[in-house]
Amino acid sequence: MPMQNPKHKQRSQEPTPEQKRYIEMVNRQKPKPPVFKNVVLAFLFGGLVSIIGQALTFFYMQVLDLSPVEAGGPVSATIIFIASLLTGFGVYDKIAKYAGAGLAVPVTGFANSMTSAALEFKREGLVLGVGSKMFVLAGSVIVFGVFSAMLVGLISALI
Amino acid sequence: MDPMMFVKAFIVGGLICVFAQLLFDLTTLTPAHVLVGLVVAGAALAGLGLYDPLVKFAGAGATVPISSFGNALAKGALAEASQRGVLGVLTGMFELTSAGITAAIIFSFAVALVFNPKG
Repeated sequence: MPMQNPKHKQRSQEPTPEQKRYIEMVNRQKPKPPVFKNVVLAFLFGGLVSIIGQALTFFYMQVLDLSPVEAGGPVSATIIFIASLLTGFGVYDKIAKYAGAGLAVPVTGFANSMTSAALEFKREGLVLGVGSKMFVLAGSVIVFGVFSAMLVGLISALI
Repeated sequence: MDPMMFVKAFIVGGLICVFAQLLFDLTTLTPAHVLVGLVVAGAALAGLGLYDPLVKFAGAGATVPISSFGNALAKGALAEASQRGVLGVLTGMFELTSAGITAAIIFSFAVALVFNPKG
């Protein structure tokens, strides 16, 4: 493997004064996100989805006579169904634009990412599009979740 | 049915989303990185035994955010690992999250069959 020219490497890493001025100018011009408004909306929508989850938890506990933990499965299935359906109607993404993390962080956001990827790649076919692209965003959540849970399980099994 | 649970769910669920929104807006992390971080944090908190007390306190406020996915994965792995050792990590992993993942796959597929992408 040929050695990289160290002089060249250094030059590409350190911006010239002119570049620095340019970067500063760009940063000044870049619109700042309305952080306060975003945070309030995230709080309201995230809280609202949690209230719906809580109402469904009480509902399944009452109707199916389940413990709070047992009700978890039907509750996630229900809100995932609602989120997928709203994504199909194109409603979820419209609201999510304003809600930000408020609709991205709840499990509904996980369902939304899968459904919208499945829809987006429908034109590539059911097998190569819908089937394989469905996990294009949700995949990394599953992979990192499983890997970190494996570490937690291994550590506890070996201690 | 304790009506205070609705208040606690609203506040805790909302605060987790506020934390994520601040990371979206004030750092260079992408939403995907933040969500992955939340899942990993959920798994780590499950390992430390700290996520269940939060669920007990806030109910759906703790189970609705995606961090509960990491918690559920780790709890499934931990429960089986305590009975069968290392092999239990493999067999128990999806024990608690099965409903959510299966539902997400089935409903996403069904919606993709019925609907066409908007805009």
